[in-house]
Amino acid sequence: MNQMNNFTKGFLKENPILVLVLGTCPTLATTSSAMNGLGMGLATTFVLIGSNVFIALLKNSIPDKVRIPAFIVVIATFVTVVDLVMQAYVPSLYATLGIFIPLIVVNCIVLGRAEAFASKNSVWSSFVDGAGMGLGFTMALGVLGTIREILGSGSIMGYKFIEGDGILVFILAPGAFIALGYLIAVVNRINKA
Amino acid sequence: MAKMQSTLKNMVVSLTLISLVASTALGFVYEFTKDPIELSKLNKKLDAIRQVVPKFTNNPNDEMFLIPTGEGDSLEVYPAKNGEELVGYAIKSYTDKGFSGYIGFMVGFRPDGTIYNINVLEQKETPGLGTKMVPEGTAEKPAFKDQFKDKDPAVFALKVKKDGGPVDAITAATISSRAFCDGVQRAYNAFEKGGLK
Repeated sequence: MNQMNNFTKGFLKENPILVLVLGTCPTLATTSSAMNGLGMGLATTFVLIGSNVFIALLKNSIPDKVRIPAFIVVIATFVTVVDLVMQAYVPSLYATLGIFIPLIVVNCIVLGRAEAFASKNSVWSSFVDGAGMGLGFTMALGVLGTIREILGSGSIMGYKFIEGDGILVFILAPGAFIALGYLIAVVNRINKA
Repeated sequence: MAKMQSTLKNMVVSLTLISLVASTALGFVYEFTKDPIELSKLNKKLDAIRQVVPKFTNNPNDEMFLIPTGEGDSLEVYPAKNGEELVGYAIKSYTDKGFSGYIGFMVGFRPDGTIYNINVLEQKETPGLGTKMVPEGTAEKPAFKDQFKDKDPAVFALKVKKDGGPVDAITAATISSRAFCDGVQRAYNAFEKGGLK
């Protein structure tokens, strides 16, 4: 497969959130602001790249019947690394993302890419796939977070441009569903065009 | 390299090896990040203390002691000293009565028992309503928690107006306001019980 294609498919054609609709739980929960969305996206990207590369490396030495536990061990290792490093160096981001960092382990995208892509492809393609998918995920979370922050808190990246509160429902869970729904509709339209 | 067959031996060996390597790697990362994590937690705590008591020069974390609440647990008390002079106590309190459960507080008292300031450490209240308990106010626009400043809970009942007290509740967030009072009351109870006054 063409590597460029392999990289860019994560952004629109096979965007994990907006087209595959995988991993919506952390998506809805952590995108109350653009910063949180981006932080979560980058943490997931790191895990995706790491697990994809290692699984592609190990794919021949993992017997088929135990592949899922083996993948999960690799993924959990990377997630724990992210968890510890975030706690140590960006405690404020860790405080807001908190519980959702350990939950990257069970994020469908990570295991999904391991199973569907990395276990069948070369290390380099898997790296590119992980990077593309991860950045696609980050982009979706960033856009969703930005929309919700603008509408819900009246600020962009933490800078307020209106006095007081915005449309509060957008920082709450229902607003997340509404914004995600419209975003999916827009991306579907672009993909069909 | 050929794909490994799913025999029992292969499966056991491969999973064991992967887990072994993974746990070793994690052990190293843990060792490496242990000190920075401790440090950032300590800084966070000291920052919270700094906001609720007058300026101090000691390290309140080293002089921390516990006061039992009488409800089966105890609160952490951090004495703040400027030189030798005691300037206040920061008491880490909590309530379970928030609109979404647990809320953590750091409540600062002067040695005479008046509240210096209150800091919300942890909350999950409704954004835009209950969360109004968090921000600091300004002189023109006082925030919810400013009405507690300089008050002595011995004479200033920690109750919202709906319950017959003097506290102006946050609009549309009476439960959060009540919980706030509850958390501060718990800190004050410990303050009294510990004989700090």
